[in-house]
Amino acid sequence: MEEINYTEMIDPSLTEPEEEGGENWVFKDLFRSKQKYVTIRQREVPDHALHSSESVKKELPDGLWVKCEKCNQMIYHKDLVKNLKVCPKCQYHFRIGAWERINYLLDPGSFQELFADITSCDPLNFPGYQEKLEQVRKATDLAEGVVTGVGNIGGVPLALGVMDFSFIGGSMGSAVGEKLVRIFEYAAENGLPVVTFAVSGGARMHEGILSLMQMAATCQALNRVAEQGLLYISVLTDPTTGGVFASFASQGDIIIAEPGALIGFAGARVIQQTTRETLPSGFQRAEFLLEHGMVDMIVSRKELRNTLARLLRYHQRRKRVINQ
Amino acid sequence: MKNGSKYSLDFERPLKELEKRIEEIRLFAEEKQIDMSEEIARIEEKARSLQVEIYKNLTPWQKVQIARHPKRPTFLEYIDLIFHGFIELHGDRLYRDDPALVGGLAYLEEIPVTILGHQKGRDTKENIYRNFGMPHPEGYRKAIRLMKQAEKFGRPLITFVDVAGAYPGKEAEERGQGEAVAKAIKEMTGLKVPIVVVITGEGGSGGALAIGVGDRILMLENAYYSVISPEGCASILWKDASRAAEAAEVLRITANDLLAVNVIDEIIPEPLGGAHTDPEEMARTMKERILENLNAILDQDPDALLAQRYQKFRRLGRYLEE
Repeated sequence: MEEINYTEMIDPSLTEPEEEGGENWVFKDLFRSKQKYVTIRQREVPDHALHSSESVKKELPDGLWVKCEKCNQMIYHKDLVKNLKVCPKCQYHFRIGAWERINYLLDPGSFQELFADITSCDPLNFPGYQEKLEQVRKATDLAEGVVTGVGNIGGVPLALGVMDFSFIGGSMGSAVGEKLVRIFEYAAENGLPVVTFAVSGGARMHEGILSLMQMAATCQALNRVAEQGLLYISVLTDPTTGGVFASFASQGDIIIAEPGALIGFAGARVIQQTTRETLPSGFQRAEFLLEHGMVDMIVSRKELRNTLARLLRYHQRRKRVINQ
Repeated sequence: MKNGSKYSLDFERPLKELEKRIEEIRLFAEEKQIDMSEEIARIEEKARSLQVEIYKNLTPWQKVQIARHPKRPTFLEYIDLIFHGFIELHGDRLYRDDPALVGGLAYLEEIPVTILGHQKGRDTKENIYRNFGMPHPEGYRKAIRLMKQAEKFGRPLITFVDVAGAYPGKEAEERGQGEAVAKAIKEMTGLKVPIVVVITGEGGSGGALAIGVGDRILMLENAYYSVISPEGCASILWKDASRAAEAAEVLRITANDLLAVNVIDEIIPEPLGGAHTDPEEMARTMKERILENLNAILDQDPDALLAQRYQKFRRLGRYLEE
């Protein structure tokens, strides 16, 4: 299979610097002034992160072949990785980790992680939570369920929050909420657009009411982004449900969904138990939400980088005129 | 007991037995024409101290049962007892009117306010009409419309939270339940008028928070507020919904628990035996507490108010930072 060059997927006109001292200058400048206030940790994408998604479980023992969860097609693992973990036959989008996504999306070497030192504690002394945190940290090498930072897409600087489902189902507890609030505040202070990638079962039960309060905390921080006239793009991936969908993730200026992603407020089982209704096929899938007017567009993983770059460009011009 | 004796709760059974005995003795004394008033007074005193004892030591799960009591006063009853001149305003201007969430204009003493609240039914028929107090997206969109209206006319907002959860249904999903809840939360965080929230019964997760963001959060003594129902938590944690009582403990959902982590600002005491035993007394206390809290923030500069509200919700999380 052909090697895919991610930078080539972008319209060449988007990657060319438009004028001298453009956004890169602004970007460097803001770091110079802010350095002492934030944790900036340059982090190499760990090699295992590229192979640590859900699909690992489905691999055959030799690790060379993966079976598509949807169409059962056997796919050579390297081909799947090259195809951004999308089944070449049926276009099923495998779930991918936060670092994998960052690696696919951002301009090479542009990502700088922020607020990496914020992690969960066990405020309620909830049964099994501390053990679960330790076990998940060991298994995933992630410190928390969201990775936050800044980087470039097609040369445009942005703030970024990327959730990871392998960290307790991408659930939002205090630390996830706090990291998102910090990145929203950081974006507002530094005039950066924000993109979040949601993948979450909802609020993290183990922190009780404190998790629920993160819904309010993230929503109000988004008001600050909006007050500065900055763009917020929310990308919904499989699955985005409960308290994450019912807070920041559904409040994007532009909402993008990955094909086939499960997106909704209540789980299908809860709905069936409560209402005894039969649910239509494709219920709560990205295509269902598009049809019902809940998302702006469905974009395949291969097109996502290009689409984001174009959208970011659209919203950059006004800012630049004001700056000059 | 003035009310609700028809629906007794498990943990009140010893009390109910004493009450039954008092009634038996009374009948017996009447029939035999003998004076047993001393005996009756003695047992009544015993019943009274037993009730005090029971209510002093309620478990979280027992409080959940009181919060869900079928005779617990609902929003419409509180409106009559706390406010005057209520004018209900209907509809979200987008789809339909949702009877599970009531809103409108009212006077709190002489202060014109906008009020919003979840509305459960008081009998089966009304419960069906009001969808057991569980709003669809149109309920939350009506709430948003009335919030914005309150802001436009500079009216303080007072909300009453009592909901098992935003309705989990096919049509609710089709019309964007998640988006409606999120938008309501987001609007409340930025609304430029004072907001007082009273959690009166069930504080069921996002469906509660959607009208639960404010400058002062008050909570009735036996209400609960949780990220997930105790039953839901038990079925996730132990694959057994019947262990809800244990889940109610570990989730820390009582007014005392929430005051300790600053999620609420004040606990409003209930009459002995719960709000349903004396709605008038309950309403008197609520009105007094709402008035005092509202007066404290009524004349604050809107920007200062919003900055405080931002910090209030900003600081609730507990996490580690190196």
